[in-house]
Amino acid sequence: MAEKNTLGDSLRRHGVSRRGFLKFCTATASLMALPPTMVPAIADALEKAKRPSVIWLSFQECTGCTESLTRSHSPSVESLIFDHISLDYHHTLQAAAGDAAEAAREAAMHENKGKYILVVDGSIPLGDPGYSTIAGISNLQMLEETAKDAAAIVAVGTCAAFGGLPQANPNPTGAVSVSDIIKDKPIINVSGCPPIPTVITGVLAHFLTFGSIPDLDQYNRPKVFYGQSIHDRCYRRPFYDKGLFAETFDDEGAKAGWCLYKLGCKGPMTYNACATTKWNQGTSWPVESGHGCLGCSEPRFWDAGGFYNALSVPISDNSQTVAFAAAAGLALGAAAAGLNYKTKDEAAKAHGTVTIDDLEKSS
Amino acid sequence: MSVLDNKTSETISTHGEGGAGMTHNTLPLLNEVSHALKRLLRTGESTIIDLRAIPFGPGDETRLMTLLGEGEVNASLDTLGKTTVKETRFSGVWLVDHYNSEEERIAFQIEVIEIPELLRAQTEDMYQSLDRLGEVLEKEMLKLNGGSPPIQ
Ligand code: SF4
Ligand code: SF4
Repeated sequence: MAEKNTLGDSLRRHGVSRRGFLKFCTATASLMALPPTMVPAIADALEKAKRPSVIWLSFQECTGCTESLTRSHSPSVESLIFDHISLDYHHTLQAAAGDAAEAAREAAMHENKGKYILVVDGSIPLGDPGYSTIAGISNLQMLEETAKDAAAIVAVGTCAAFGGLPQANPNPTGAVSVSDIIKDKPIINVSGCPPIPTVITGVLAHFLTFGSIPDLDQYNRPKVFYGQSIHDRCYRRPFYDKGLFAETFDDEGAKAGWCLYKLGCKGPMTYNACATTKWNQGTSWPVESGHGCLGCSEPRFWDAGGFYNALSVPISDNSQTVAFAAAAGLALGAAAAGLNYKTKDEAAKAHGTVTIDDLEKSS
Repeated sequence: MSVLDNKTSETISTHGEGGAGMTHNTLPLLNEVSHALKRLLRTGESTIIDLRAIPFGPGDETRLMTLLGEGEVNASLDTLGKTTVKETRFSGVWLVDHYNSEEERIAFQIEVIEIPELLRAQTEDMYQSLDRLGEVLEKEMLKLNGGSPPIQ
């Protein structure tokens, strides 16, 4: 029969039937944003999946990423996955502190040499290491030490992935991302400020299920979650395609749910999953609540012009294209996204910041 | 073939533009369901659509549920939380809604299939049941034969 200490084995010991296991696999496929046709392959892999060790390091961060994960009323599928992951070190969640905690980290590193997953949230201050230390150890030293024998590194949140808010102009601490320092390990960037909880667990589930890292995009983000722009999956997209834009937050267009592009929505240049996974148990997401996307999963989003400044992409009167907008939609979106990468870089160079005027901007 | 094509156009005619408001994703989705049903009838190939991967706007889900309506079969499973399996008013089109033990939705799918896989008894579970049935039988036989219970 099945091997001991595998996920299949542990579920059976919990009295879970084959039907229950299949339901678990279905939910896992949905969690990993994989098509339902993958369920048999997932069942096969999960049946044999071994318990991986995870070391979680938090550097210059606001704990928002850990909060996002732990306050998400983790559905039991996710908690089942977490039950099966051995979280050996997480200084926010563990009871031990100081030397005892560091001893636990060293023990986990030693026992699982070359096999553990290192999760990092927060950026690393290179300018003055004194800005952030743990048990007297600098963030840089702890990262280098712990990364050395990791199988892979998951950089959770925009700070760990790209430098994030600590790196925003004028970057007082000299903050850098994990991939600015570690060059010889596979790094998966799970960006977002904070990242979507199901995306964090989805990535860990992928590693647990297949023992490998998922397909990544140009910024090392898993394609299944970051493969399409917010704009491409936005339910307000048909209004964009028809050229119907809200001009202020309380005009008739805003009330009718028109596109928020002119109000500064960064959806066309932002790659993230919240247009479909949504937030707060699938309740809603920023654009559904009437506010444009801030671009929180993109490098340098904080300095990419004002949050309320419209992206400067020419918008043609495309009312004639409405008939085939559905078919052409993806291509249009891709073109807009391409243009906007340029716009964003220019904005980043100019170090545009949010002013009171921006906040009060009404047209 | 013409029978199937008729069915399709009949299905399409039931979802006109009336009262669409902000809902844009229901009609393409219903179209996809219609194609899936055609495929099931022609080739026997089933389709599962993960509704959590669809960019629904406000009102989209309600509108879709109204259009799909309720059919003849309604089953509920109790494993790792509740799961409801409902046939819509279109035979072969099912809504499968999975919840965890805290009653939070963990998956929501349309299955276009003769019978959703989860409703079938699973081989592994049947083997386990065979063992358990054996134990029950053994115990009952002992009682019937006037044998003393295994533990005093
Ligand atoms: S610009 Fe923003 S609101 Fe408009 S369609 Fe794109 S993502 Fe949606
Ligand atoms: S809408 Fe944009 S800024 Fe807001 S959470 Fe989603 S990706 Fe981030």
